[in-house]
Amino acid sequence: MDAIFLQILNGLDKGSAYALIALGLTLIFGTLGVVNFAHGALFMVGAFIAVTFSKVLEISKVTVDPDKVDFLGNPAKIKVPYVVDWFGSFGDWIIDYTIPISLLFAIPVMILIGVIMERGLIRHFYHRPHADQILVTFGLAIVMGELIKLWFGSESIPVHVPEAYKSALDIGVWFGFEPGSVIYPNWRLVYFFFSVIVLSGVFAFLRFTTFGMVVRAGMADRETVGLLGININKRFTIMFGIAAAVAGTAGVMYTGVNKPVFHMGMDFLVLSFVVVVVGGMGSLRGAVAAGFLLGILESFASMPLVKDAIAAIGLPSIDQIIIYLVAVVILLVRPRGLMGKAGVMED
Amino acid sequence: MSNLILNRRKLLSTGAAVGAGLSMPTILTAASHAGYTNAPNGSTVTLGFNVPQTGAYADEGADELRAYQLAVKHLNGEGDGGMMNTFSSNALQGNGILGKQVTYVTGDTQTKSDAARASAQSMIQKDGAVMITGGSSSGVAIAVQGLCQEAGIIFMAGLTHSNDTTGKDKKANGFRHFFNGYMSAAALAPVLADRYGTDRKAYHLTADYTWGWTQQASIAAATEATGWETVANVLTPLTTTDFSSYVAPVLNSGADVLVLNHYGGNMINSLTSAVQFGLRDKMVNGKQFEIVVPLYSRLMAKGAGENVKGIFGSTNWHWSLQDEGSKAFVQSFGQEYGFPPSQAAHTVYCQTLLYADACERAGTFNPCGVAEALEGFQFSGLGNGDVEYRADDHQCFKDVLVVKGKENPTSEFDLLEVVEVTPRAQVEYEPDNEFFAGGSLGSCNPGM
Repeated sequence: MDAIFLQILNGLDKGSAYALIALGLTLIFGTLGVVNFAHGALFMVGAFIAVTFSKVLEISKVTVDPDKVDFLGNPAKIKVPYVVDWFGSFGDWIIDYTIPISLLFAIPVMILIGVIMERGLIRHFYHRPHADQILVTFGLAIVMGELIKLWFGSESIPVHVPEAYKSALDIGVWFGFEPGSVIYPNWRLVYFFFSVIVLSGVFAFLRFTTFGMVVRAGMADRETVGLLGININKRFTIMFGIAAAVAGTAGVMYTGVNKPVFHMGMDFLVLSFVVVVVGGMGSLRGAVAAGFLLGILESFASMPLVKDAIAAIGLPSIDQIIIYLVAVVILLVRPRGLMGKAGVMED
Repeated sequence: MSNLILNRRKLLSTGAAVGAGLSMPTILTAASHAGYTNAPNGSTVTLGFNVPQTGAYADEGADELRAYQLAVKHLNGEGDGGMMNTFSSNALQGNGILGKQVTYVTGDTQTKSDAARASAQSMIQKDGAVMITGGSSSGVAIAVQGLCQEAGIIFMAGLTHSNDTTGKDKKANGFRHFFNGYMSAAALAPVLADRYGTDRKAYHLTADYTWGWTQQASIAAATEATGWETVANVLTPLTTTDFSSYVAPVLNSGADVLVLNHYGGNMINSLTSAVQFGLRDKMVNGKQFEIVVPLYSRLMAKGAGENVKGIFGSTNWHWSLQDEGSKAFVQSFGQEYGFPPSQAAHTVYCQTLLYADACERAGTFNPCGVAEALEGFQFSGLGNGDVEYRADDHQCFKDVLVVKGKENPTSEFDLLEVVEVTPRAQVEYEPDNEFFAGGSLGSCNPGM
């Protein structure tokens, strides 16, 4: 039972990233009608904003210590980050909290990138077939990945996780399990709660603000909203920026889970796209539900018990393809996805 | 009618002319003139460096490429000469190989067998590479080794640790300097039994391809021989980046040791997950939970950061070794790039020098001549003590290092400490050992 509970928890955590990216993807599809394959790249760009901030904080004052030698036998160079040299223990605190502080930079930068992307490229493809949109956004994702690779290299880059969140929490005792049987990493819990807050925030924004109401009305009937004298295009551009910010902040926080690398966006994009399709194209609730559902399924498929049972009936391991198998089944049974609107992407 | 009558002189001259005519398409290519694939016909010779520049092993690939470039410099007489100055063979003079300046082409294997084969094929067919070297994944190395065997090209394997590379998939045109899973297990198991005791339950997470399988089988057999029990072996796809769903079940498995049969980016991520889940602070069966990484490298240690402290593993070479060869290489590499080389860099640098040396001693680039010069070749001065390229399987035999993540590093490079240098005799095995059974070396293929 404790193993199952642990995998559900883990699946929710995995699903957090899928849900955050899928939410942005479906938001863009629902508002602009664009299938944005560059959305995973925005997740990656967010992660590299944290990397950039971390690199800036690492810029150091170099002094030579004549009493120590380096690996070549030369006097050793001692590096002290300027931020620590200038601010002392407050500087140490800033370095310790690199990831959360990066969020402050990531939000405006990602909104700006989103708006530039939409105004500069994607708006030219609104009335083109979905295949054209996929091709151009996929190409854009490759270009963005290669630019990051050019600048930061192909190796994964560690970003400092706050010391207070490096350990794990014995979460099982809260639910009546034996001590030590359900332990979960603190930062992964932070990531899960962060995603819940962001997802709730986006839903609340769309549900309880006038801006959100107009956007929802525009998603339902763009033409009528336009006839009422509302500049719906401007609002949709802003929504594109918000979707970019959601993906970017998800990327920033993910640097504490796994070390960022230039192809991380592509790794998540395909899965997130499947999540959107399973949830139902254009359905925000569907995207979030499918994200968590498929995250849990992926976790269960990795369990030794499940792997052994599948191997026993002579089938190969399915932990990497479970999401696609489920997607195939759902699309065969219900082509519009779990919560998709009738007629959307069904033909 | 009389025109049709042939005398002996006419027959001979006509036969010679027809023979020359038939052979014309062949002799117009220099390669076939020399009788083997891509024989160098100018003042240069081209080597093909096929390394992962993307994928799970990209860090290793980048360091391999640096070492290859350094080796080329040294072969061409530039720089300080590195290990050419300490190598026991004196055939290399710093004037290229057989008087030809060394040039190179590079390819990205993407840590994928099909991409690696395509890249190697392009280097052989389009760039005229006379030798292919590289790896960083046994799946890739075995695939490219097979291609080189078919093409008549020497393959000097880079970082490949699967038993199969010089076991069931060995080839006459392929040579491996790096050690293998069996050797790691033979060196590591006694140290683990000594430090952690003989009553242990091990849970294995294993990369799901040839290296992982043979590494896991070797380490499981070696640790079980000391009294350990293997409670589970879970295969993980090479493309996995988040190992949390594989690590979480370890908590309730009853195991008190986690063996990570992962390398490169896989190992960095799986170890990070294991530490995140608090495994290193856990007590199981009344014992401290331990993590073991059978194949270690400094690059992985750097990527995993402080998570590697106190964790045991094995390595082919380490920059802190104090023999003359290692010191010369570290000095040369460090001056060039500003940091010490990894074991991946070391093995490919050695392979490049060993190939060049074999060409010089054989007096030819012909793969069969080069292979003959390498088979049974005994040498020293390249950082691993006395080494032999065994003729039976083209595997190098040398001492193995057992290392541990350093508890108190003194610099950003001082991440591993050598715990034991396991002598060659302890890790050596017969060519027909069960872990290397099947397949045959076959015969050398010069191509054409």
